[in-house]
Amino acid sequence: MFKPRSILGTNGLKKDEIVTILDTADTFKEISTRPIKKVPTLRGRTIINLFFEPSTRTRTSFEIAGKRLSADVINISGSTSSTVKGENLIDTAQNLEAMNPDILVIRHSQSGAAEMISRNIQCPVINAGDGFHEHPTQALLDLQTIRETKGSLEGLKVAIVGDIAHSRVVRSNIYAMKAMGMEVRLVGPPTMIPVEIQKLGVSVDYYLEKAIQDVDVIMMLRIQTERQNRYLLSSLREYSNLFCLTSKILEKAKDDVLIIHPGPVNRGVEIALDVMESERSLILNQVTNGVAVRMALMYLLLGGSDDSVN
Amino acid sequence: MTSVVFDAKDISRAITRISHEILERNKGANNLALIGIRTRGVTLAQRIRVKINEVENTEIDFGILDITLYRDDIASGKHPPPVEKTSIPFPLEGKQVVLVDDVLFTGRTIRAAIDALIDFGRPSTVQLGVLIDRGHRELPIRPDYVGKNIPTSKNNRVRVRMSEDDGIDEVHIIDPSTAKDS
Amino acid sequence: MTVLIKNGRVIDPANNLDATKDVRIVKGKIEAIDPPGKINIDEKGKTSVIDAKGCVVCPGFIDMHVHFREPGFEYKETIESGCKSAAAGGFTSVAVMPNTKPVNDTRSVTELMLSQARAKGIVRVYAIAAITQGLAGECLSEMGDLKDAGAIAFSDDGRPVMNNELMRRAFEYSKMFKVPLIQHSEMLDLTEGGSMNEGAVSTELGLKGMPVEAEDIMVYRDIALLEKTGGRLHVAHISSGNSVDLVRQAKAQGLPVTCEVAPHHFILTDEAVRGYDTNTKMSPPLRTAKDVERIKEGLKDGTIDIIATDHAPHDLTDKQCEYQNACFGIVGLETALPLTLKLVDENIFSLSDAIKKLTSAPADIFNLDSGELSIGKQADVVIFDPDYEYEVDVSKFHSKSKNSPFNGWKVKGKVLHTLVGGKVVYSAVEH
Repeated sequence: MFKPRSILGTNGLKKDEIVTILDTADTFKEISTRPIKKVPTLRGRTIINLFFEPSTRTRTSFEIAGKRLSADVINISGSTSSTVKGENLIDTAQNLEAMNPDILVIRHSQSGAAEMISRNIQCPVINAGDGFHEHPTQALLDLQTIRETKGSLEGLKVAIVGDIAHSRVVRSNIYAMKAMGMEVRLVGPPTMIPVEIQKLGVSVDYYLEKAIQDVDVIMMLRIQTERQNRYLLSSLREYSNLFCLTSKILEKAKDDVLIIHPGPVNRGVEIALDVMESERSLILNQVTNGVAVRMALMYLLLGGSDDSVN
Repeated sequence: MTSVVFDAKDISRAITRISHEILERNKGANNLALIGIRTRGVTLAQRIRVKINEVENTEIDFGILDITLYRDDIASGKHPPPVEKTSIPFPLEGKQVVLVDDVLFTGRTIRAAIDALIDFGRPSTVQLGVLIDRGHRELPIRPDYVGKNIPTSKNNRVRVRMSEDDGIDEVHIIDPSTAKDS
Repeated sequence: MTVLIKNGRVIDPANNLDATKDVRIVKGKIEAIDPPGKINIDEKGKTSVIDAKGCVVCPGFIDMHVHFREPGFEYKETIESGCKSAAAGGFTSVAVMPNTKPVNDTRSVTELMLSQARAKGIVRVYAIAAITQGLAGECLSEMGDLKDAGAIAFSDDGRPVMNNELMRRAFEYSKMFKVPLIQHSEMLDLTEGGSMNEGAVSTELGLKGMPVEAEDIMVYRDIALLEKTGGRLHVAHISSGNSVDLVRQAKAQGLPVTCEVAPHHFILTDEAVRGYDTNTKMSPPLRTAKDVERIKEGLKDGTIDIIATDHAPHDLTDKQCEYQNACFGIVGLETALPLTLKLVDENIFSLSDAIKKLTSAPADIFNLDSGELSIGKQADVVIFDPDYEYEVDVSKFHSKSKNSPFNGWKVKGKVLHTLVGGKVVYSAVEH
């Protein structure tokens, strides 16, 4: 039975392990439709959300997931200014661990932070996103969203569009999708495609209209205008001209193509408004599935029983 | 050593009798709802539902309950049991619910099932029907409908097999303390 | 005080020697090197005898690139602890880089460092002074005054001299003082924000990369300037296969270019960064397997002149943090010998050649009165057992800092005794 010690990334997850997670998530989805949206499974357990990067929606999703399992959820925000050398990251985690949490959920702006913390504490860790490295729960909820609409994942083609180089969602999705036998095509301006990414078994294209014609799923990513992208982009206007998913471009895609986005969406920049509201857009389903997937992972990390009963 | 205590014919007669008893107790099929627990409780409940339909010519409300998330023995460090779907597609208010399970033993599964049920709504009554009652209750739970009472010792294992799930209808007891046949 | 080192395999590349010999040291100088047994040891004065059977006896190693953090960062290393670390690694001379606090850009700082080293009396310390004031890359330092105070070369290491005009003038000015300029070759705008080599591994790990081109472009620029300006270029810690090619070409054209490599750049690749151990973070970063191959070729054919550790001690607080926030650098003095011997095992070069790159070659380039066992010269000697196997244990390091990626590695080659001017400054505890 799949019982992971921590969820640090999708890299290394096997197909049957991912299927177990998705199947478990499916059963948890139903709980959120009941009038009493709670089961006593993790009653009295403590889950700490340690978010060093601001994020309302992901944190809320983890919080709701824990609470629906009857766990006590604590939210802590930290600052990751690299010029502020205050309490060291490992210190913070070890201090929290001394209060006996059952799970530590961590989001951090630097790659490798989740792994580093996991090495230095005993309790299970869920990586809610570290730098550009991994965001496993996002990839898993993306897969669940695709699977529940398409029925199965094997052989599906996915186009992921946007700032690939700075996206942890992309990396986690690549590993998970390849494990499930899907084909991944990355689309974006050359400046935003990281070097040698093809070594992960994916293809690259710079032209949106051409790239989406034969795919089953289009995933649009958020474009950021932070300092790190200073030299990578000319302007949002140009980016949008070349890479915004409009209904005109969608005409060239398959009739049953699905559209997803990890959110929050830059409306009109990455996806045109009418496309966002069309029935092919599963963005809100992703949010619902996010709670279910996170509940499933918490259950798999902590739920266990002595099978000799009954 | 394994011994069969209930065969296909016995099971069929028991289900017929239980179905009639349910209708008798509840004065018909109005407001009746059957909810099967876990795998074989669901199979049993299905058969009862079919029987009731034959007799009263009416479809009654039917639900499936997975009580894994309500167990009182969830502990970390071991394997999380696989969770199956729960489906109660009708409101519970005003319903006379009959919970159906294959074997009644300590009573903890039924306690968990009642907890789960209450989270879905407030039935007017909850009754319990089981195929086998093997004794050794650890909680004050008693069945309303029983296929057969079978005295067992605590270390025995009682296995119910239904043709829909296992290819054959039978109930057998496994006694791990007796020597294995050569 | 007389010291007799018996039965050792004496390897002295400067004098083309590789044979079993006895070595006699009198009053701190090499007095005789003779076939075993020939030297008389019965005399009135006391003779200290070291039996070097099964061991190599060679000139004490010279490390042209260390950071001893004093003045200013004594919590990481002091001149004293650095020298002890050097002695334990078999080094009898080291050259310290100027990125201290204050920077070594005035004679008073140079004099402070050198007198502190002399006072501790462990190994010989040479000073490399700054090329630009404050390492700010804006204005030349007082090279004349600094040389007069004892500086043997100039470098802004930790940082490159970015400004092309300033670098040109630095080469021209340094001509007067006949010493090399040591360049930390890195185009900072290409590497900004980076923490490891740019490549497939950095893509997977989600870390911003530092492309090889950042090193190659500056090596090329310096070589291009050199022909017109005169002066001498020494490329610090070369890590890029392309840069090795550029140096090879420049040498073929007769330009005064030399270069050095640090052991971690011929032992590890960027794959070592997987797992985010900050002891794999240094600048220049660990490169690809192809680069390591080309570095080994450069060592084999002599393009790479010397081995220098770039010993960069950092305290736990500087390393036990997120990879991007960690300081660049690892310690190297106490692992240099066994790592270098690995290349001898791989037949990249002979043992004598390896020793040359640690002794006579650096002495030649930087004009040091060291690196050889000639009669009459000061007795800076190291005795090591090339076959002794052990496990690297950073807790036993003499350096104040333990930031090494080699902890726990099973290696071969242990320093048994280090002598500076005939005096034993280090003896191994276990053998």
